[in-house]
Amino acid sequence: MAKINIKIEGISYQVEEGLTILEAAKQCGYEIPSLCTFNHGECNAGSCRVCLVEATGARGLVASCVYPISEGMEVTISSPKAVEARRNSVELLLSDHNQNCQQCDKNGKCELLRVASITGSRELMFSGEHSEAHIDTLAPGLVRDTSKCILCGRCVSRCENAQGIGILGFENRGFNTFVSPAGDRSFADSPCIQCGQCVNVCPTGALMEHSEIDKVDEAMKAGKHVIVQAAPAVRVALGEEFDYPIGTPVTGKMIAALRRLGFERVYDVNFGADLTIMEEGTELLGRIQNNGVLPMITSCSPGWINYAEYNYGDLLPHVSSCKSPHQMQGAIIKSYWAEQNGIKPEDVFVVSVMPCIAKKFEKEREQEKVNGIPDVDAVITTRELARMIKRAGIMFKHLPDEEWDEDIMGDYSGAGVIFGVTGGVMEAALRTVYYKLTGKEKDNITFTEVRGHDAGIREASLDINGQTINVAIASGMRSAKILLDDIRAGKSKYHFIEIMGCPGGCINGGGQPYVRSCFLPNEDPDIMDTYKEKRAQALYKEDEGRPIRQSHNNPQIIELYEKFLDEPNSHKAHELLHTSYAAREGFNEV
Amino acid sequence: MGKLNAAAVTKIEEICDRYKDEKTPLMMILSDIQNEYGYIPLEVQELVSEKTGISVAEIYGVVTFYSFFSLTPKGKYVIGCCLGTACYVKGAQQVIDRFSELLHIKPGETTEDGLFTLDALRCIGACGIAPAVSINGKVYPKMTVPQVNEVIASYRSNEEKEVTA
Repeated sequence: MAKINIKIEGISYQVEEGLTILEAAKQCGYEIPSLCTFNHGECNAGSCRVCLVEATGARGLVASCVYPISEGMEVTISSPKAVEARRNSVELLLSDHNQNCQQCDKNGKCELLRVASITGSRELMFSGEHSEAHIDTLAPGLVRDTSKCILCGRCVSRCENAQGIGILGFENRGFNTFVSPAGDRSFADSPCIQCGQCVNVCPTGALMEHSEIDKVDEAMKAGKHVIVQAAPAVRVALGEEFDYPIGTPVTGKMIAALRRLGFERVYDVNFGADLTIMEEGTELLGRIQNNGVLPMITSCSPGWINYAEYNYGDLLPHVSSCKSPHQMQGAIIKSYWAEQNGIKPEDVFVVSVMPCIAKKFEKEREQEKVNGIPDVDAVITTRELARMIKRAGIMFKHLPDEEWDEDIMGDYSGAGVIFGVTGGVMEAALRTVYYKLTGKEKDNITFTEVRGHDAGIREASLDINGQTINVAIASGMRSAKILLDDIRAGKSKYHFIEIMGCPGGCINGGGQPYVRSCFLPNEDPDIMDTYKEKRAQALYKEDEGRPIRQSHNNPQIIELYEKFLDEPNSHKAHELLHTSYAAREGFNEV
Repeated sequence: MGKLNAAAVTKIEEICDRYKDEKTPLMMILSDIQNEYGYIPLEVQELVSEKTGISVAEIYGVVTFYSFFSLTPKGKYVIGCCLGTACYVKGAQQVIDRFSELLHIKPGETTEDGLFTLDALRCIGACGIAPAVSINGKVYPKMTVPQVNEVIASYRSNEEKEVTA
């Protein structure tokens, strides 16, 4: 790439041709504030006007996020004119913002508040009419409040780019413009999969998860047996909320914190993941050996299940009937665990800590109940757990490292750990399928060909004991769609497909801590490109360190089958651990 | 979906196919559908989305951005009041307010009997005869507030004649 000469604040630099002023300035060590620009131009609307600078050759001030550099250009960021213009832009955004910052859960992570602070915005400089607030609290996963929206368009881009769904769009024009699913519908009345990727990119509190902290409080108050279970992806991201570097596992401290929050038992969802592998692996082999519907597709990701029900109702027989790990484990807690402890299932309250927003929807499904009792009662995100820990005054960094409860369940294998990253369920399943087909363990337990940490499709062909098994992995619905259209067209060569709703899998779920370079001064400037890999590596490392790395060797899983479930895919297992799906209409009448 | 009849589905698919080689066909497709049916409800947008791969939210955004497109059926008579600069200066706001008052609808709405739709237009290029009003393409020059009553009355009486005839 050719280099060109520019000056910033009078100092000469050589930078790559073709960059915007904002990108070039970043390479030279300047962070120009901006709100609508995000992640290498994933969103680049040029609409917020917070990044205005002076540049020679341009008429007036320019939006540095969209204005390209040119040879000899002199850029001024700190001139009084530019400084005032940026402050004006922020003040104008604030003039149509509800400014309930004290009550907003985004407080501390709000980019609007941050730019207001760094541009020196003054109180109520522009007061006037406010645009009508559109508030949606009907969906179990997501909440939308347009009175906090700055119309940057990041959520619109993310939904379209990552998921290819395009649920969110700009409606109406001018002052009446707002962001919404078509027709100001609730997320609940549109084919939104409630993955929460939009929440992950929103600079303000306009899009948030539907908090269930209150439900947990109520259950504690009511004296229920409140059991908590945490998913693998949570432990490698929760630390970020307490200033640990990205990719630091904080498992021991998280367990200690959960105990101090008053949970009666603290279980790892990985036990449920091991159980899932037993059921799903058996189901896969059954389908292969009995000419069942193939390819079989994993069912752990509720975002993906929503997508399938809305868009591929004809392919639902391909989806494994297995519940997701936390639902399976919830069902076991309310049956086996409750029975062993002499407690009635209705007195048990199961809380799942998840990297996921769609799980909030999943637990409400009618098909996820046993005898009318839900497997899981509340789902809180990684971020909500951090809020609870902070609320309780727990000094997280000073906590001792504690161990999971492993009384009659809770022990887990390395295979369960890697469920949290794209390709992980596949690898975990293959470890067990290999054993079932050959009668022995694979020498090198890893299947690196299925590993990755990003969106896109990976595939592999394995020869196990003369049986060829073709597999594919996709995360993000844009990638998944390619595999699904092939199945629909009868062109799919695969036996087994893993699909995760979020790009990169659960480590990048909609409930994970926000990743923003501006709030992470100690991370590398390219953290937006590397955080998924760092979180994934932490999971693979935990897998390597586990004494048992295959689900079928988990002693408590073996015991559970001996004492309670009989065998994988048994009648009892089907009753408790399997579910069903149904095609759904995309848009409801409102 | 499922609410569109087979003939409408065929027609809309045919309209989409007209522009299948265009790079950005959305405006042309929506324009043809608006002309064909007088409105573009969500079910139609879903079908266009399926055919073109453009998300429903984006199509909905375009439909609600341009006042030419409508989500609901328009009335038999579409009254367009120009609110461009020249017309506005010449009192167009009072004219449209009078229409609103007499018809009991806001701009963008249709009367319950389905007879009149009131639209606020930006400049229609008739500044020389401001304020201009157009009803189903017929232009009424230099409109005044008292004339509004007469115009509506004349359409209403024509309508009654048609019904009795």
